[in-house]
Amino acid sequence: MSDRVRPMDRKIVRSRLSFRDLVAEAVAGMLARPGRTVLTILGTVLGVAALVATLGLAKTAGNQIVTRFDALAATSVSVSNRTEGFFRSPGVEDTSAIPWDAEDRLTRLNGVVAAGTLTLVNTEGELVSSVPINDPLGQSAYAMDVLAASPGLFDAVIAELATGRFFDEGHDERREPVAVLGPGAAARLNINRVDQQPAIFIGDTTLVVVGILEDVAREPSLLEAIIVPNGTARGLFDTGAPAEVHILTEIGAAYLIGEQAPIALNPNDPEKLRVQVPPEPQAVRSGVESDVNTLFLVLGGVSLLVGAIGIANVTLVSVLERVGEIGLRRAVGAARRHIAAQFLVESAAMGFVGGIIGASAGVLVIVAVSANREWTPVLDAQVPLLAPIAGAVVGLMAGLYPSWRASALEPVEALRGGT
Amino acid sequence: MNAVVELDGVSRTFPGSPPVEAVRDADLVIDEGDYVAIVGPSGSGKSTLLHILGCLDAPTSGTYRLQGLDVGDLSDGLRTSLRGTEIGFVFQAFHLLPYRTVLENVMTGLVYNRTPRRFRRRRAAEALERVGLGHRMDFTPRQLSGGERQRVAIARAIAPQPSLLLCDEPTGNLDSKTTQSILDLFDDLRTDGLTLVVITHEAAVSQRAERRVDITDGVLAEVAS
Repeated sequence: MSDRVRPMDRKIVRSRLSFRDLVAEAVAGMLARPGRTVLTILGTVLGVAALVATLGLAKTAGNQIVTRFDALAATSVSVSNRTEGFFRSPGVEDTSAIPWDAEDRLTRLNGVVAAGTLTLVNTEGELVSSVPINDPLGQSAYAMDVLAASPGLFDAVIAELATGRFFDEGHDERREPVAVLGPGAAARLNINRVDQQPAIFIGDTTLVVVGILEDVAREPSLLEAIIVPNGTARGLFDTGAPAEVHILTEIGAAYLIGEQAPIALNPNDPEKLRVQVPPEPQAVRSGVESDVNTLFLVLGGVSLLVGAIGIANVTLVSVLERVGEIGLRRAVGAARRHIAAQFLVESAAMGFVGGIIGASAGVLVIVAVSANREWTPVLDAQVPLLAPIAGAVVGLMAGLYPSWRASALEPVEALRGGT
Repeated sequence: MNAVVELDGVSRTFPGSPPVEAVRDADLVIDEGDYVAIVGPSGSGKSTLLHILGCLDAPTSGTYRLQGLDVGDLSDGLRTSLRGTEIGFVFQAFHLLPYRTVLENVMTGLVYNRTPRRFRRRRAAEALERVGLGHRMDFTPRQLSGGERQRVAIARAIAPQPSLLLCDEPTGNLDSKTTQSILDLFDDLRTDGLTLVVITHEAAVSQRAERRVDITDGVLAEVAS
């Protein structure tokens, strides 16, 4: 058969449909019924818009979390001997809840970087001064907080020195009369260097200043206070027990340490201690977000599917309506593949246009929500570019069956059927 | 004189119980420039004959040569290609695209047969001038009368300059006055050298043709004029 046909091939001009003509015919077919085309692409528009908005809002909200994520807060654990309230706030205090060796007990826990106790010392209203004389012309004595700390506290609150040194375990054990000043306290006492071993007086008690703080990352109460070793406070002021413990943990260990610290500190009755751990905003928010994300992605997928069914339906109806046109095109030389291509391109173009409109709508939603929440809108650059392609693919898939139906029509039948 | 159409013992049988022999053992030669009317009542097989002549259908037996090519040997795709260049169709139902302009409708006849884009508009416009509708190019078919619509369809059929113009009941939807003007147009086209086959059951149409072939129950018989 093919051997006999071949000599004739040369004489017959094979039908062809250039890509430009194909697109022109498809676009003309779409524009023939603009109202119907708009309604047809609506489903794709909604689906693509939902998908783009979901992806963009997830990215935008994710960026918010990164902005708010604070490594400092996420590595901080505090334990208080008060069952209500917190440091220096009204509440029930159990003075036997935290032992003096809290620092040793906690630094043994895996995940603890540093730990230290902090206790407000009861000085019975004694004022603090840097000169031993009473000057009637000016104020030289002040009421200041005196805090007792274990040496590890400075690391636990991430303190920096302006000058001098922190006190250490030796000072603590020997109950030496030394003090570290917060920068506010140092300024009020007119002390700015420690190389001359300046002395301060708490009532009649003399303390040697060994260091002045520059800043602390936590516990700003240290900035205005006089900090003495635990042993010194116990020896000079009969301080009873530590009031609270501050712990610096490895990143991610805060929750675990929050559970373990009360047991390490007070194994008999850990319930007596109040633990403050960071709320771990990332975990909470990302949990909510992934739920919302999944929901909206599913919704977007469903509406995209509905959009595809809509395109398939309308294209099928359009094929049945245009049987006459199909017959006519077959009569003037259109091959089956040309008919199939025309309907495929029509449905793909509807999906493509739906994708463009949907992506634009999705971006508008992202911008509107971001403006409302005062967020910075963030969107992957590929998303609005890929969305029309996704729409076109959806349209193409939807057009497969109708275009096959169109191309399978026999021209004789088609010419008889339509107008 | 070149033979455009040569039918030699052509039959077309549709399977079924019993099988229907729509065209039986037909012999027909149509030369270039001929004007042939094929006349028969409905159900006589004239539509099947038109489909075979128009390469829309293939004979089950016998040979059909169009411009010397044995159409029976051709694949479906090659017959389709042949339609695009060699045959112009005019249908009773016009088959115009309602949402496209008259000019675009005529250009549809040139889309698939490799007519370069730049020539299409000119050739479509020339065809419309030829049928007397040069002033209606930007109208849509809905704005035209029945006779004008059929002229558009004729313009579409002649725009690719086919070797055979096949008209299936071209005046079936028209009144007698419009029918006359369409038949006048056929006479004009014939003087241009076009080969014309008109299938009809109307005596007024067949009388204008130079040759007349009757078809009854699938059997052809040429009527001497």
